Amino acid sequence: MKRERAINAAVVLAMLVVPLWAWMADEPFILTLATKVAILALAGVGLNIALGLGGLVSFGHAAFFGIGGYAMGILASHVQSYTPLMEWPLLIEGSKSMPVIWVVAMMASGLAALVIGALSLRTSGVYFIMITLAFGQMLYYFAISWSAYGGEDGLSIYVRNGFPGLNTLDPVQFLLLCYAVLGVVLFGAARLARSPFGLALSAARQSAARVETVGIAPYRVRLVAFAISGAVTGLAGALYADLNRFVSPTMFSWHTSGEIMVFVILGGVARLFGPVAGAALYILLEHLLGGVSDYWQIWLGLLLLAVVLFARGGLIGTLAGREVAHD
Amino acid sequence: MTEVVLQTRGISKAFGAVQASTEISLDLRAGEIHALIGPNGAGKSTLIKQIAGNLAPDSGTVQFLGRDVTGLGTVARARMGLGRTFQISALAMEHTVLQNAVLGALGARGGVFRFFRDVMRNRELTEVAMQALERVGLQDQAATRTAELSHGQRRQLEVAVALTLGPRAFLMDEPMAGLGAEGSKHLTGLLDGLRAEAPILLVEHDMDAVFALADRISVLVYGRVIATGTGPEIRANAEVRQAYLGAEDAA
Repeated sequence: MKRERAINAAVVLAMLVVPLWAWMADEPFILTLATKVAILALAGVGLNIALGLGGLVSFGHAAFFGIGGYAMGILASHVQSYTPLMEWPLLIEGSKSMPVIWVVAMMASGLAALVIGALSLRTSGVYFIMITLAFGQMLYYFAISWSAYGGEDGLSIYVRNGFPGLNTLDPVQFLLLCYAVLGVVLFGAARLARSPFGLALSAARQSAARVETVGIAPYRVRLVAFAISGAVTGLAGALYADLNRFVSPTMFSWHTSGEIMVFVILGGVARLFGPVAGAALYILLEHLLGGVSDYWQIWLGLLLLAVVLFARGGLIGTLAGREVAHD
Repeated sequence: MTEVVLQTRGISKAFGAVQASTEISLDLRAGEIHALIGPNGAGKSTLIKQIAGNLAPDSGTVQFLGRDVTGLGTVARARMGLGRTFQISALAMEHTVLQNAVLGALGARGGVFRFFRDVMRNRELTEVAMQALERVGLQDQAATRTAELSHGQRRQLEVAVALTLGPRAFLMDEPMAGLGAEGSKHLTGLLDGLRAEAPILLVEHDMDAVFALADRISVLVYGRVIATGTGPEIRANAEVRQAYLGAEDAA
């Protein structure tokens, strides 16, 4: 555990030093990349609760990422066009306030995860992977055909949403805001892993029969975990939309699900900082190799293959060695 | 001694044309170890699953603590205090020994849906867990990863987890399976002391253990209970000798 802590500290340090350098060297693009890492890491932290702790291989987390993104897009676009969200029976206006958008994004994606989970958690293994994929794709095609909100073209939000007391248009302030959100969620995820719920969830991953035999229903534990996981990924979706000031059906596509899963696997499944390291590595590779060739993902593919074959614990797991996870 | 804790009344179960259980009526009384023996394929596992709640019988009822639990699942029966151990250890192998025991204590006391407090710092749970580990002699292994335990120690841990439930009855599926003579003897001693706590329905292949421990023995052959009685009665039963013990006794 000590070594993993040291590695986590190194990851945090790198995440702070790189933007600090970029800020001093006046490289706003690097700041944007760091922000992107933080947001994608957040999406991965969400997935890691289901995948790492619960062993639920969800190939449909794009659904929650997209719902979070569209929550932001829909709320902000109504403000942008001066039209209320609905007038009857209640007058509901859109919002340009991040806290409001985040709450809506988390509630909507958490609720969607509850419904999708309730149906798909009745299956397991390959069927679970396929059914979550199917739900993700359903939402993808729904978003494409939803012409009220841009259909295939998506929605552009011209001004970034606000946060009380901050100028979110300043890259540094927005970066720090995203870091703060990631930090709070990481703290919560660490607590969750050690909580009674975390113990039951990870035990259910290892032996469902054991959990049943002590009088705990694995289905309910997994369902709640899936909802929490979806809500966190939804929050990341809302932030991602705000980073790009743009929402499109791509957020729902299965590529997105795959990418979020790649962050977790690259960094280390069930490791607290796994998704952070994974997202950072992914963006780093995209940036470095992408400059060399358009086909950089070939190298990503090879790296992923190497991780799966030789370094099961991902970046963090390999460096920290085999230990009792979440002890 | 006559209080019936767990009882099956005429339960039958068929898989297609195979009749796995036929009109099985058994009872487990307070303070006893009731062993269930029978040759391979006699339907012992099917019976255990129906008692534990994994399988619903086609007909007949299961009663636990005077309640008809036929319609309840494994989770509900565990919560009522049915402590089960498995033929093949079902433990959280990546967790420590203590974490497995704490999981049992957590299940029995409720409060799984708490997300913030460190469960291993919950005194109430860890104390119950440590007591159970002490009962089976695993207190020194509390911090060991379960995967690193020997086969026999895993068996002991299964019993410890069942103990954390504060069980009203134990359901043990071949606890001696795969244990050496030494381990078998150790576990026999442990089970001997448990019957005062809660009666044990013991499915076991190890005949030495069965005859050493059991107050009563039921013999299952082709899905039917052909005899129930004390050790000497079972040894003397002609039908049992022919169906099951015959070869061993003749030798």
